[in-house]
Amino acid sequence: MHELSIALGIIDFATEEATRRNSRVTGIHLRLGPLSGVVKDALLFSYDIATADTPLAGSRLVIDEVPVVVYCPACREPRTLESMQHLACPTCGSPTPEVREGRELEVVALELEP
Amino acid sequence: MTPEPRLVEVRRKVLKQNDVIARELRERFASAGVFVVSLVSSPGSGKTALLERTLVELGARRRVAALVGDLATENDASRLARSGAPVRQITTGTVCHLDASMVQRALEGWDLEQIDVLFIENVGNLVCPASYDLGESLRLVVLSVTEGEDKPRKYPTIFDTADVAVITKIDLASAVEFDWDAAEQSIQAVRPGMPVMGVSAKTGEGMDRYIGLFDHR
Repeated sequence: MHELSIALGIIDFATEEATRRNSRVTGIHLRLGPLSGVVKDALLFSYDIATADTPLAGSRLVIDEVPVVVYCPACREPRTLESMQHLACPTCGSPTPEVREGRELEVVALELEP
Repeated sequence: MTPEPRLVEVRRKVLKQNDVIARELRERFASAGVFVVSLVSSPGSGKTALLERTLVELGARRRVAALVGDLATENDASRLARSGAPVRQITTGTVCHLDASMVQRALEGWDLEQIDVLFIENVGNLVCPASYDLGESLRLVVLSVTEGEDKPRKYPTIFDTADVAVITKIDLASAVEFDWDAAEQSIQAVRPGMPVMGVSAKTGEGMDRYIGLFDHR
C-alpha cells in the first residue's frame, strides 16, 4: 500500500503548480497504466484522505486508465493487450517483451479555479 | 452561475523526484565502478539466506557490500554482517518499499571506490517496490519453490521491472512437488525472454551460475 505516498506526491505537485498560477486546484487528471504498480481504487481512497483539511479538500482525482500496448516483432505492429498476465500478441501469439505503454503514472492536467 | 474551472495541461511523472535521484545514483555507481544488484521478493522467499551465501562466496574474490531494507528489525543486517562484508540496514518503519532517497541516505559515509558489487535487499513485498527505481544495474526477482508456480501471473508488475528471476530453495523442490515447467511458463508469460535460474542457499546447488551474474562485472 504505497498509494498514500503517491497521492501525497500528486498533491504536492498540484499545489505547487496552482500557487505558481495564483489559483486553487479543483481537480487533477492522471494517466495510469496497469504496469505502474499503482492500484486505482487504493489511490482514489488515499487521495480523499490525503486532501482532507487541505486547500484541495473536495477536489476530484480523475484517473484515465491506459491499456498495455506492446510491439509485436512478428506482425511489426503495436498491439493492445487485454491482460498483463500474458505478454503475447493477441493476433499471432508471439511473445512481446517490448512494452510501449502501460507503465504511466503521470499528471496530465489540472483543473484550476477560474 | 459558477464559471467552469479552467483546465491546464501539465505533464509530470508522479515519481519524477525518485527517478531523478535514481539517475544520480546510477551515475555515481558507474563512475565509482560499482555494480549494483537489487533483490525483490515476497516475505520469506529466502532473500537474506541467498544474500548471506552470496556475500561469503563472492566476497572471497570481490569487494562486496549490502544495504538491507526491513520494516522494523535489524536482524537481517546482523545475519549478513557475519559474512564480514560492510552491511547497513535501512529500517523503513511502516513504509512498504525502498525508494532512491533511502538508498542515497544509507550510502552516506561509504567510499564507493572500495566496493565492486553492492547488493540492495528490498523490503519483502511483490507490489510496491515495482514503482521505485533505486539506481541499480540489475534487479533480481526472487521466488521460492514453496510459493506456487503461478506467482508471476499474480504479480506481473514486479516481474516486468526485473531482469532475472531466481528460484530459491530448490533443495525442497521435490518435497513440495514444484513444477518447473509451469513456473517457467508463468515467468515467460509476464516477462518474455527473462533468464531464470534455480539455487539452493542451503546446499549450494546452482550458486556458481548465479554468482556468475555479477562475478565479472
